[in-house]
Amino acid sequence: MKRIKPTTIFFLLGAVLIFGVTQFLINLGVINSFWNTIIRLAGVMAIVSLGLNLIYGFNGQFSLGQFGFYAIGAYIAADITYRWTVLSSALGLTILLMVALFVGAMIMLIRSAVSKIRGMDTLSAFALYLAAVLGAILVAVRLGRLLDAPVTLSLSLLPENIGLTVVYLLAVLLGGVIAAEVSFLFGLPVLTLGSDYFGIATLGFTIIIKVLLDNTDTMLGFEEMKGARGMIGIPKITTWVWVFVFLFMTIVIIRNLLNSSFGRAIVSVREDEIAATTMGIDVAYYKTITFVIGSLFAGLAGGLYAHVNGFLHPNSFSFIKSFDPLIIVVFGGLGSVTGTVVASFGWALVLEGVLRLALPEGFETWRFVVYPLMLLVMMLLKPNGLFGNYEIPFIRAVIPPLKKKTTSAKTSKEVA
Amino acid sequence: MANNNGETPILELKKLCRYFGGLKAVHEVDLVLEPHALNGLIGPNGSGKTTIFNVITGIYEPSGGEVIFEDQNIGGLDPFVINQLGIARTFQNIRLFPNLTVLDNVRIAYHPHAGYGMQDAIMRTKLYDQKERELTEKAQEFLSVFNLQDRQAEIARNLPYGEQRRLEIARALASNPKVLLLDEPAAGMNPKEVVTLMELIHFIRDKFDLTVLLIEHQMRVVMGICEKITVMDFGEVIARGTPTEVQKNSRVIEAYLGLGATELSKKYLKEKRQ
Repeated sequence: MKRIKPTTIFFLLGAVLIFGVTQFLINLGVINSFWNTIIRLAGVMAIVSLGLNLIYGFNGQFSLGQFGFYAIGAYIAADITYRWTVLSSALGLTILLMVALFVGAMIMLIRSAVSKIRGMDTLSAFALYLAAVLGAILVAVRLGRLLDAPVTLSLSLLPENIGLTVVYLLAVLLGGVIAAEVSFLFGLPVLTLGSDYFGIATLGFTIIIKVLLDNTDTMLGFEEMKGARGMIGIPKITTWVWVFVFLFMTIVIIRNLLNSSFGRAIVSVREDEIAATTMGIDVAYYKTITFVIGSLFAGLAGGLYAHVNGFLHPNSFSFIKSFDPLIIVVFGGLGSVTGTVVASFGWALVLEGVLRLALPEGFETWRFVVYPLMLLVMMLLKPNGLFGNYEIPFIRAVIPPLKKKTTSAKTSKEVA
Repeated sequence: MANNNGETPILELKKLCRYFGGLKAVHEVDLVLEPHALNGLIGPNGSGKTTIFNVITGIYEPSGGEVIFEDQNIGGLDPFVINQLGIARTFQNIRLFPNLTVLDNVRIAYHPHAGYGMQDAIMRTKLYDQKERELTEKAQEFLSVFNLQDRQAEIARNLPYGEQRRLEIARALASNPKVLLLDEPAAGMNPKEVVTLMELIHFIRDKFDLTVLLIEHQMRVVMGICEKITVMDFGEVIARGTPTEVQKNSRVIEAYLGLGATELSKKYLKEKRQ
């Protein structure tokens, strides 16, 4: 067992304290259901924004597509739990589980095949992936239908609470995984674009998803999603506990990723693509994998979000909304995990909470005037964001001390 | 050609061309680098030297001809593949990772040899701890060769110019190359720094068993340390040979000083002798 660093202990203590106090206040009723919802939304938004910070802040790819993946995660998770609770069927779960597995396996398979062929252009590779994935989906849906009955039976043997929790967790995870798989397919052709063009392309993605969501009942044939009327009847399972657990995991995973050779490779792409590629960094690969990981978090957060209010509406995922995580990331500080988390909570508490209560009755919508003004002032005073690139000691990369003087005396004299 | 002692060249350009539309930036250039050589590539501005570097390192695809590295045609491969095969470079206008620490700049170049993956990083496995320690020690070793070890926590963009140049060479070496391409390493350095740089280039070539090809405008550097020099003008090779041979070559003098300069220089030398 290796020694645990004091920074880690402080971080864990702090996390437990924040969680404990909040939970205690919720139990006491000091935090009422209004504030409780806001805190949960803030936590969800923190996860989305952390994913975006990975893509934009650390990898340097300006993306407006984060809310598209958030929406995918939300609707997928909602559909699974809705079918389980309202229709008492695990059909959504089995089909989507099969789809996630088959598509994932197919992507891996094609990847290893394509990497052997030298000089395959992006578009033909994309066509190959698309065809293979569509095939995998067809097979997966068939298989999912077959597996529906036994899975429903075995899940209903579990006590009701545990069965629901299992379905819920699987639903959230599947939302994340499928969002990640979609982001891989979408990113393949689009990530070859330069930064601004990539931003516009991802904005297009968000708009497409919004239009699809408006027509889920007619175009896609999912009656239960009710298209532009909004999906209702989703069980409200996401408590502060779940939000906290997922947020905590997200922070730790992102921190571990960034403070590794893998993370440094990601950051080098942001710093200078040409220098990175001539230093042996596969720029295209790191752009793709970062985009996929960022979207995975967006999908997970979407799954959590769907179960906060028990209500999903396509308007929550419009492209105007997709600027929210962007504002949070820039406001908190590009390339700062700490800043993103703080800004997410600040954003939700101030915009939805304090301003709504502080403004006189009838003037609530004025918060959308006050809030941009605050942003303006903030950007003028601190253009690098609230935290710049500051990190709390737990997240910050450690610079290891020099071991010993290994300098050969000759060179140090020469060079000095 | 230059390969008269029978050694197989480590890097060879065969009729290499690179055109930009109608502009022949590089036209049918032949170049041979023998293992452990320290050669120079000179020529007036715009003669295609940096374009050759860009083609060798894969930033540009060759329009024609071959780049043979260790008996393999690497023309048109991705830059990161070429780097992993063993060719590293520095840039004319320094390209560090400006917002990262000096240590991280070097550690990034070592990434292909890191020896652990994303999963190890997320799970913080034993492999991660061990390899990360190795990698860091290795990077610190590279820094100490360039006397930058005390600067390791500094942000790269805050370093003085000379140290940025040294850091860039250190970073290139950390990617474990066999051939090192230096693009104007002495640009912007004062005379004292230039002398130490020349010694340093000699030193690293012997210590890391490198083959070095350098572009340079400062004749002191080129004439002082290069064993063989290739001179380019308008995308073509106009002369090659040892520094003294090249200095006397009339085409070289004309390329640098203009037509008729050979006569003038002879006259000047005669007057000087009298």
